[in-house]
Amino acid sequence: PGDTSVLAGLYGPAEAKVSKELPDRAALEVLLRPKVGLPGVMERSREQLLRQTCEAVVLGVLHPRTAITLVLQVLSDAGSLLSCCLNAACMALLDAGLPLATLFCGVTCALQPDGTILLDPTARQEQEACAILTFAIASSERKVLMANTKGSCSVEEMQQCLAAAQRAADTIFQFYRDSVRRRYSK
Amino acid sequence: RTVEPLEYYRRFLKENCRPDGRELGEFRTTTVNIGKCLCSITTADGSALVKLGNTTVICGVKAELAAPAADSANKGYIVPNVELPSLCAERFRSGPPGEEAQAASQFIADVIENSQMIVKEDLCVASGKLAWVLYCDIICLDYDGNLLDASVFALLAALKNVQLPSVTINEETGLSEVNLKQKNPLIIRKHPVATSFAVFDDTLLIVDPTAEEEDLATGTVTIVTDEEGRLCSVHKPGGSPLTGAKLQDCITRAITRHKEVKKLIDKVIKSITPK
Repeated sequence: PGDTSVLAGLYGPAEAKVSKELPDRAALEVLLRPKVGLPGVMERSREQLLRQTCEAVVLGVLHPRTAITLVLQVLSDAGSLLSCCLNAACMALLDAGLPLATLFCGVTCALQPDGTILLDPTARQEQEACAILTFAIASSERKVLMANTKGSCSVEEMQQCLAAAQRAADTIFQFYRDSVRRRYSK
Repeated sequence: RTVEPLEYYRRFLKENCRPDGRELGEFRTTTVNIGKCLCSITTADGSALVKLGNTTVICGVKAELAAPAADSANKGYIVPNVELPSLCAERFRSGPPGEEAQAASQFIADVIENSQMIVKEDLCVASGKLAWVLYCDIICLDYDGNLLDASVFALLAALKNVQLPSVTINEETGLSEVNLKQKNPLIIRKHPVATSFAVFDDTLLIVDPTAEEEDLATGTVTIVTDEEGRLCSVHKPGGSPLTGAKLQDCITRAITRHKEVKKLIDKVIKSITPK
């Protein structure tokens, strides 16, 4: 959303290397490339978050001993990068036609010092905020698939952000539906 | 147990207990050794050894002086580094740090930053010229699950043990003089404590998973709280979806655990300070 853009490319299910293949499910690999520089520790932890979120969603048991590779390239970063990556990953999974248990979307909430909650903050709003929470919300029953916080907040504030994120998820899923419809109605 | 581990575990979980005899909400016995007398690292400025059941994590903190970065002239640095050497578990190979070690390092860095445990301005000696850099090396000696909790605990204990020598800048020569005789303890503002849970089959939550339980779990959640009951970090890397209510249960349990851990640390520190 806004000026943040991430390009996602999905390859698979393809043949996996013997060292990497799992006997009962597909092996998922996520590669996140920053706009400048080599991938560092921050990218690794983000990759782990994305990978485990996707593993929970993709029905890997239908494609055992294969590898699914997801490559994300950050084109520009103007805030809410992690949820942008999550959305890009989900749309790539949809576009590739992989069997998914549920759809997910990423929502970022910024908690400002005066207590107001801001959804999808820009980079400057993120810096001013005292806490930034990113959630991956599943489309079935709006459950929490992934949660990541930066900065400290109280428990009530977190619950409020979670509720706000779940409401916002509806808008994002509507956007998914519209994009897919546009793509396949040609 | 080896042939059908999941079924074996399910039978126990139905009875609301676990194979090693613990309740679902019970932690393993935690022991902590702080300082040069009890702990093995004599060359480090601060050290701590934490045992959470079989999981053993040792943390050594070394303080060095360096020039601060140009854009934040009055801030020092804290550099955490988590290592999972191949001696701790057979699935870790030697070589460059794997994804788990790097993700853990990033997590610890985030916890330090989020909880404001050490305010970077406190580490500054002379604005723009000299600041302390704390290299925190967290090494896992035996991996039996729940690495993040043990690492955060070891880091906290080691930092409480660190004594920084006082540094003065000689006005004429511009060089720094380190006075090793006069030492001040590090100012720690907050005490974050991590609590990890494993999720089974989208419903059951167990606390402090062992390595076996982690492999079988469908997801993990780690919650870091500080003493005011504020959340420093909620780390849920994927895994089965949880409702808001379940997350709330985890948070309440994490707050209780924080109090237990804080009491333990205070007791241990009190027992070594007279020396």
